[in-house]
Order: sequence, then C-alpha cells, then structure tokens
Amino acid sequence: MIELEGKTVISLNVNGDSHEVMVRPSDILLDVLREQLGLTSAKAGCKNGDCGACTVMVDGWPAKSCLMLAVEAQDKKIITVEGLGGKAAVQKAFVEANAFQCGYCTSGFLMVCHALMTQHPVMPDEIVIEEWLQSNLCRCTSYQEIRKAVHLMYDSLQAADV
Amino acid sequence: MIPFDFVYCRPDTLNEVTDTFKRYQNENKKAICYGGGSEIITMCRVSSIHPDVVVDIKNIPECRVLEKDNFFLNIGAACTLNQIKESKLFPLLGLACGRIADHTNQCRITLGGNLCGTIIYRETSLPLLLSDAEVTTSGLDGIRRVPFQNIFDGRVRLKEGEWIVQVHIPVWALQARHAHIKKTTQEKIDYPLVNVTAIWKDDVLRTAFSGICSRPFRSSQIEAVLNDHGLSPEIRAEKAAELLPEPPYHDVEGSSEYRAFVFRNTLCELLEAWQNDRA
Amino acid sequence: MVTSIGKSIQRKDAWEKVTGFAQYTDDFPTTGVLCARLLTSPYGHARILKIDTAKASAVKGVKSILTGDDFKELHGPLLLDRPALAQNVVRYAGEPVALVVAQEESVAERAVRLIEVEYEPLPVLLTPSESLSQGAVLIHEKVTGYKRMLTDIYPEEGTNIASRYHIQKGNAAEALKKCEYIVQKQFSLPPSDHLAMEVRTARAEISSDGQVQIMTSSQSPYAVRQQISGAFMIPAGQIQVTVPFIGGGFGGKSAVMLEILAFLASKSVGGKAVRLIITREQDMAAPPSRIGLEADITIGADKDGKIQAAQMIFRLDCGAYTDISPYMAKAIAADCTGPYHMEHVLCDSLCVYTNHTYATAYRSFAHESYTFCMERVIDLLAKRCGWDPLEFRYRNAIHAGSTTPTQVPYTESLIGDLRKCLSRARQLSLWDAGSRTAIKQNTVKAKGIACFWKTENPPTDAISGATVTFNTDGSVNLVTGVVEMGSNGQTHLAQILAEKLGIPCEKVHVVLSVDTRAAPEHWKTVASLTEYMAGKAVLRAADDLLQQLRSNGSQVFGCPISDIEVSHGRVYSIRNPERFIEFKDIAQGYQAPDGTSIGEPVLGRGGMMLKGLSMLDPQTGKGKTGPAWTLGAQVVEVEADITTFSYRILSALTVMDVGKVINPESMRSMVAGGMAMGMSMASREAASYDSQGVPQAPTLRTYKLMHIGQEPDYQVDFVETPQDDSPYGMRSYAEHGLIAIPAALGNALSNAFGIEEVTLPLTPENIWKASQKEKP
Repeated sequence: MIELEGKTVISLNVNGDSHEVMVRPSDILLDVLREQLGLTSAKAGCKNGDCGACTVMVDGWPAKSCLMLAVEAQDKKIITVEGLGGKAAVQKAFVEANAFQCGYCTSGFLMVCHALMTQHPVMPDEIVIEEWLQSNLCRCTSYQEIRKAVHLMYDSLQAADV
Repeated sequence: MIPFDFVYCRPDTLNEVTDTFKRYQNENKKAICYGGGSEIITMCRVSSIHPDVVVDIKNIPECRVLEKDNFFLNIGAACTLNQIKESKLFPLLGLACGRIADHTNQCRITLGGNLCGTIIYRETSLPLLLSDAEVTTSGLDGIRRVPFQNIFDGRVRLKEGEWIVQVHIPVWALQARHAHIKKTTQEKIDYPLVNVTAIWKDDVLRTAFSGICSRPFRSSQIEAVLNDHGLSPEIRAEKAAELLPEPPYHDVEGSSEYRAFVFRNTLCELLEAWQNDRA
Repeated sequence: MVTSIGKSIQRKDAWEKVTGFAQYTDDFPTTGVLCARLLTSPYGHARILKIDTAKASAVKGVKSILTGDDFKELHGPLLLDRPALAQNVVRYAGEPVALVVAQEESVAERAVRLIEVEYEPLPVLLTPSESLSQGAVLIHEKVTGYKRMLTDIYPEEGTNIASRYHIQKGNAAEALKKCEYIVQKQFSLPPSDHLAMEVRTARAEISSDGQVQIMTSSQSPYAVRQQISGAFMIPAGQIQVTVPFIGGGFGGKSAVMLEILAFLASKSVGGKAVRLIITREQDMAAPPSRIGLEADITIGADKDGKIQAAQMIFRLDCGAYTDISPYMAKAIAADCTGPYHMEHVLCDSLCVYTNHTYATAYRSFAHESYTFCMERVIDLLAKRCGWDPLEFRYRNAIHAGSTTPTQVPYTESLIGDLRKCLSRARQLSLWDAGSRTAIKQNTVKAKGIACFWKTENPPTDAISGATVTFNTDGSVNLVTGVVEMGSNGQTHLAQILAEKLGIPCEKVHVVLSVDTRAAPEHWKTVASLTEYMAGKAVLRAADDLLQQLRSNGSQVFGCPISDIEVSHGRVYSIRNPERFIEFKDIAQGYQAPDGTSIGEPVLGRGGMMLKGLSMLDPQTGKGKTGPAWTLGAQVVEVEADITTFSYRILSALTVMDVGKVINPESMRSMVAGGMAMGMSMASREAASYDSQGVPQAPTLRTYKLMHIGQEPDYQVDFVETPQDDSPYGMRSYAEHGLIAIPAALGNALSNAFGIEEVTLPLTPENIWKASQKEKP
C-alpha cells in the first residue's frame, strides 16, 4: 500500500522522460506539469473539468489534468503537446485546417485528437469523434475547422500507410 | 489547486482499506473513498469538503472487476464509466454512462463515484434500480451483499466507513428491452432536466427517473399507471406526473413547471414508441 | 503586383500554437513570484461593516492583505467610479473586497478563506427599469461627483443614470401618426459572459527606482499604462506593459482591472513580483461581462411597406460600474435604426447602473443586443405589411440619399451595399424555396433573416503606429501595438506590408507580443480596427521604408530618386533594370566593392491618428463616431419540434460587405467564429441571478457554451464594396459575424413556433413560456 503525507518526491514519466518532482498529495497534475516541469502547453481554463484545456494523454487515454492528482500519475505514461514534437499528424492537421484562433484551447484539443487516433487508428464514425471532442470547449472557432482537422489527421494517416 | 493538504493512500486489498479507515477513525480523522476523484478534487478546490485522508481504491482487484458469470454481471466500483460503456455488457447502463459528463471525464469517473457522489443526479443508479441489482459493500464490520434498492433512497445510505466494492446485475436484465431518454436544458453535455430510464421485464414496463425531482427514484405507483394500457399515452403521462414523490425540481437549468412539461413529453415519447411496437 | 492580398496565407502564429510554444501570461515561470488571490463579495449590494483579517494574516507565508480602506483612487476609462477594492459598499456579487499576497497560491487561498467580512445587505436592483423606478436606491450616491475622462459622458444627478444619448432626426412622433402599420414592442435581454478560454490574469513588479513592469492578458496595454499612470501619478514612461499571447478577448480583456490590483499587490510587498490568479468562477463574476438591455420600440411603415419612422428607448444594464458602457449606449444610439432608410428617428439611449457584474465591450459593442430588438420589430413590421421579410429589408435598405441616425450621408464607400448582401443571401440560403416547411408530424423547418451594421466608437483622437526593420537576409520585422488574441490581425498586417513592399509574406516577420516600450502605441486591440488603423500605419511605415531604400538606391546608382524603383525585394534604376541590388545588400546601407559605405540603414515608421470624427450633438445626435460602417445579412435555419419546443440549428449564413477580402480563409473562419459565438450566446447563455443578485450559474458546469456536435453548417460569403480610405479597401469585419445571429435565430424560431415574444436566451423553456402566454 502506498501512503503519502506532506511534500514527497515522486517520479513522473512525461513525454518519455522520467522526472523526480516534489509534490503535496493534494497537488493536481496540471499544476505540477506547468509549474514544476515547465510544460505549459496544458492550460488552466476552469480547473473544474469542464473546458478540457488541460487535457493530456495518460496511458493512451485523454485525461483532464486538473482532475487528477499528481500522485495518481506515478507509473503512468503522460504525454503533453510538448511531447508530440511538432511532427505529429494532429499538429499538421490543425495548422492545415486553421482549427484554432487564440490557441488557448488548442493543446487540449490536440491531445484529445491524438488520444482518439491512438485508441481508434482507423477513423471512427462521426458520432464517436463528436463524443470525444465534446469534452473540450473552443470559444473562437466555429468547430467546423476542428472537425475538418480530425478528418485531415486521419487522411494523412491513410496516406502514410499507402 | 487544492488549498489544503491531505494524506493519499492507495491500498492493494480490501483489508488494507478497512484497516486504513479504522486507523484514521481512531485518530479522529476524516477519510473518504477516492475513485476517479473528479468530484472530490473539484469540491476540495472550492473547500466545500476537507478530507484528512483520501483512500484511492483503484488498485484493489475486486474494485476493477468487470465480468459476467452465470447469474450476474459483476462491476467493480472503480470501473470507469467508459470501461462499462465500451464493454457493452449491459447496454442500458452503457447508455447512462455515455451521457454523464463528457467522454474524457467518462474515462475517469467511476461507477462508485457516480453512485456515491454529492451531485444529485446519480444517473447510473437508474439501470440498477430497474434491474434488481445487488451491491457488495465493505465496511468496518466486514463484507455484505444486499439489494441495491435497500441501500439507495435517492442517495447511497451506508454505515460509517462502509463503501461500495461491486454491483451485481442479474443476467436477465442485461439484454432486456430498454430505453434511455435524457433531456437537457439545451446543451447535450449537461445534467439532466429529465432522465427517463426504462426496462421491460415480461412486457411490463419499469421506469426510474432522475432530474425531475431532487433525487433519482423508481415508483411502483407510476409504473402501475404507465402499464395501464387502457389509457392513452398522454393520459398516462399526465397521471404519472401527478404521482411524483415530491414537486418537480427547480434550479437555473429549468423551472419546476418546465421540468414537469418535459417529463410528460418524455413519457409520452416512451409510451408512444412502446404502443407502436405492440400494435 | 499581387503577392499577398487576397490569398489564404497561413496564420503567422500557427506553429507556435500547435506545439505549446506560444506563451500566455500565466505560462511564464513562477519561481520566486508571489501569488495574489481575491476575496469577492457574496452579496449583490451591501454595506461593508467590518473586515477582520487577523486570522488570515496569521497564516504562515502571507505577505500582505489589502482592503478598500487602503486606497482612495477610483478607476474607469470614461468615468472614475470604480475602486480597485470595494470601499465601504459592495455593488455586485463578485466585487473584489480583499486581496491576499502570499508565497504560494495555496497559502493565499487559505488566507482568503479566513478573512471575515460583516455585511449589511442593501436593496438590490437587477434591471434598468428597477433602477429607474421612483424611489430606487442610488447605487452610486453622487454619480455627478465622479471625474469624467471624456466630455461626452452625462451622468444625471440623483439617479442611477450614468449617461444618456439622444438622437432626433426628422419628426418621428408626427411621422408615426401617418403610418399605416405600426409595431410596438418591449424587450428585456439578460447579460451574459465573454468566456474567453483564458482566465484573465496579470503580473506586476516594481523596481526599487520605481519602474513598474506589468504583464497582462489585456487587449489594451496602452490603456493599462495610461490608467495606472493617471491613478497613481506615475510618469507613463516609468510603466512598461507587456502582453504575450492572449487566450481570447472578445472585448472582455479591454477593461483595465486586474492590472491595477496586481500593481497594488506588488506595491504592498515592496515591489516584489506578484501574479494575480483568479479562478474561472471569479472570472465570470468579478471582471466585467456583457451588458443586458431593455428596449421599447415603436416603428411604422406606410401602406407600401416603406419604413417611415421609429421611436426607441434603450436602457442599457451596465451593472455596478460604467467602464466603457456609456460609449456602448452611444454606439446603440448612433446605429439605432440598423442599415435601413429612416427619415424620422427619435432615440434615447441610457446607460443605467444595476447590481449586476459591471459590463464592458463584448464582441460587437452592444450591437448584438439592440440588433436583436430592432430586427425582431422589422420582422414583425414586414409581417404586418404583408411583405416577405427579406424583400421588406431589401426594400428599406439604406441607400444613396439616406442618412444614418447621426445624419451622416450615405455613400457606398462609407457604409457598403446591403442590397447586394441581401441578394446573395437570398440565393445562397435558397430563401425562395420557402421560409417554413413541415417536414413530418410536429416538425418544421424554418428560416429567419436579420441584417446588421456597425460603425466604431473610438475616442476621436485614437492612434496607431508601426515600425519596420530589416534583417540581414532582406526580410523585415513588423512591430505594432496590436495584441494577438486570435483575430489574426498580425497576419493581415504582414500581408498588407508584404504587398506594399512587393515581397512574399514569408519575408515579413511579425512581433506577436506587445511591449509598450518597444511598440508604437496602438489605441486598443478592439472594435475590429486593426486592419484599418494599424494597417494604415503599416502602409505609411512601408512608404517611409521605400523612400529610404530609394534614397540609398539613388546614391548607389548615382541617379535621381525619381528614377529608382523598388519591387520584388530589389532596388534598381528604371533606366537600367538589369542592374539591381537585393534588399539584403542595401537595407542596412550599402557597401561598395571598394569598401565605400553609401546611404544609411533603413528603418520604416508610420503613425496614424483617426480623423474626421466628432462627439455627437447633445440635442440631435448629429455627428460621426467611427471611420466607416460594415453591414451584412444573416440567415439561420432551424428544425423545430412544435410540441416539445426543442430545436436544432441546421444552418447559418452570413453575407458581409467587407470591402476587400484580403485573406479568404482567415476572414471566413473569423466570421464563422463570430457566428458560432453568437449562436452559443443566443441559444443558451445568460448570466442568471437570484432575487438578491447572486449569480446562479457561476461555473462552466452550469453556464453552458455550445460544444462541438451541435453547431450548424456555417456558410460565409463576402461582398466587396471598397472603403476608399482603408488599406486595400478592406472594412472592419472581425467581430461582425456575431451581430445579427441572435436576431436571425430569434426570427427563425418565431417563424417556426408562430410565437411573437421570443427573448434571449432562446432556450426551449423560454419559448415554451412564451407559447403559454400567447396561447389563443
């Protein structure tokens, strides 16, 4: 059994690197990623699990890092936008589809889409795409651009397979 | 950011949970069960709860069970809504899970969390109320298994230190004819204005509701009316609305009057579909 | 030669934003930075009897605690009526009451929760009508006692009226008497929130020699500098305001508020760096939100369906403090008719205090609200006259010979061509295929149309500027004071510059962050004026640059300046175009093969001040508030269930006269984004308060925005009637996609359900309620 009290050093696996960080058990993953590891792509939009701007990928699934304790993330593989490296299909697709304006929600959407592609390597039905993306809010775009980006992401995957 | 500290425990066995609860109870500290954590974290953030200890049950094998035996589908309390939905083992419960919060949160929120949380809708309770489900709980006095309805009167009623380990759904219910209609104010990702969940057993309609009142419920009186084929769907819906256990709920999402209007419409929709099928 | 204008050039910030590289205010390192948190009022209106900070001060790590007693200064862009922290009285729920500075955020928050405040509740006023009723409590005891920053703010003694604007053109009362058809309607629209995804935040630090550094998520860095300088008597040059990327503004980040608090917080701890962090819940209640509006409109038409006159009273709910709201009341007055020909207009537009969260500019500067009212009555009037609503609008569209409510004569260049927009909208929306069709039992499809126009309301002397420098590869750096908040103005400015210099847009590097010490002042990144104001400055900077290049060229080639041409990134003499010098070899001055240095380094600068604007005449409203208008038509189609009053929005179309489409994809997406924001606001958003003025939907959990999956098919089309004095003829356009969407949706739903009294938000419950009232 694990029992943690007071500030403790834990190990987090983020973007393929292992990091020792000092956390309180009540620290949320989002704050630790941003303030201790300098990974500020994940944003605090509400810290209440409603907007999705803080979404990261945990063991291949999307997770709102404002609703996860950092101590829960030990032994898990965390990926943030910084870990996508600038060459991921989803990043190219978002640029090509003009799927953002202010860019604040973008990291969250990128990670949801990246997780979607991880779990559904073949493009799922539109309804599944919608369900996944309904976890996030965008105040700038009309959403049509983001929808288009998801399609482009899968198109590029198909093209790469060929 | 949670402005205060708590102790984080992650036991590996049921006994360790009990021991942990006992130990902190002796120290006069408040320990709570922690599943997906979404509600606990948000409530801690705004300081509406102040647990001294959170006991994360996600590592306990019994809490992660999701399998069917000859008689029951057994679901561990730490199974996420998304796991339940994707397992497709109990489609009605899957429908309920698929409409709680949003998909990303469904990957975190657990069945136990939705049942035991303070958010009043507890929509996963509806399929359990309709399917004669049972629950296994663990507490300071050990483990017990009881009908779900015995420990649920709109919210889970358990003894101090007792918590839900698993729920068990009789196999008859898994593939039974069912319906799940959730109406929201306007936005799809929202709490229910009215949730009408239904199962048919031997062509008898069972219904349970959330949103329309301040707590989820199942009512034998309402079911009697809804099964009265002598009456038109409109009349049955009208009468059912008169049999609510308390006046319709009222908040910023919808007034009592409007909730009642939606409730009647939703029942009509359900009954008309049933009537058309029978014809 | 066209290199950039008219092309869908990719956003300049695109890759930064998809790699997490783009930094917003709170993304900068926090090590060594103290944290400030706010305590806000739980009451809508109350006297503060006592604030006890003893327990909070005792928390380890707390560095200072501030309350309203610590300051006397008042703030505001137009009327100095707002304290940084409540002084003796709170006027809205969410008003900052105390501020704690501590070593860590968690410590600050713990301390905030230990501050004990004793309140004595006061009567709460929640609508302009209540505030104007006889005997209503005065939210501000002496509104005429506040300092006015501009002369056209008219608070009324002994009332809750912060300002009033009056339009009188022709004789509306007489003209209405002669009208064959009259529509009279009252409206009451609730306030709502901007909800930019980035919560507002600010940081401040004061050096020991008094240099103030502020980093903030603001649309108005220069106003931050001006207001802090003015309020605290600090020379403006000692204040440096920087704005990195901001996560959406929509007007909500144009008000100066958190910057003042962050400054005070830093000052209270000897100038140490402090970051002020507010929660989303506080962001929805404490900083300003969108106005509410009440309107009484009477409008009349003759037997031929020609609108003759309109009489209007608008009562704008500005909440507890004015901020920019008086100018929104003025904006409503100046554009009150919508883009229609009306000879007789009488309009009173009042800015009224209530105990709501105070208001500030919201995408389209109150036009979305009055347009909802006006376009509803236009629809109703069309119906009374027996005209098709689109045809009726076409018939009454503003045209040559018309004047605006403030008596500005119509020209195509100034105002644009509504009839062209309507004709396109008619085609693209398949309007003539029917505006209401039953598709199955209890389900209908219905369309609604609405038009909009908008001019701007900047100070008459607003300014902008640009500087352009060269890199050694011949590419240029463009620096302006324009904030990048999503509206992509920077890319458009780069296009304007590239076009003028005749170089590819990739060769223009834009500085995306703003530093008030480095970038020439740009009034504010508001009112969609980036391309007009900063664009003009950019063109002037480009001219300046070209002139200097020509001067260098004439010295190198030994010929008159008039013989020198600059194009394609080259400088040459028209007498011998084969011999040219690349920018990279001449922009920093020229070195001849023998080492002789020739010319000077080239540095372009351009500035512009708005010209020809005036205050409105207090008696008639005559005057000109903005450089030009942008107008358009919008159509929304819904599928509605007439038994349950639920509906789905199927499609939405905007046809806008933007003067010139300089970046098709960028402009399409910006307009579509505006439509989406309007759709979300109109269909589900409202700041709801209980009878005591306490917000009832204080989080994103309960205050719903539209998620993906419910959006209609958005279609955007442009008409191009050039605005002569604007760069490449382009008009302001970035906020306008929102304006008539609420009205068009309202008209579609009114049409679908056969209900007249539709109001915002257009939720099924509100429509159902209206249907109950209108039951025959």
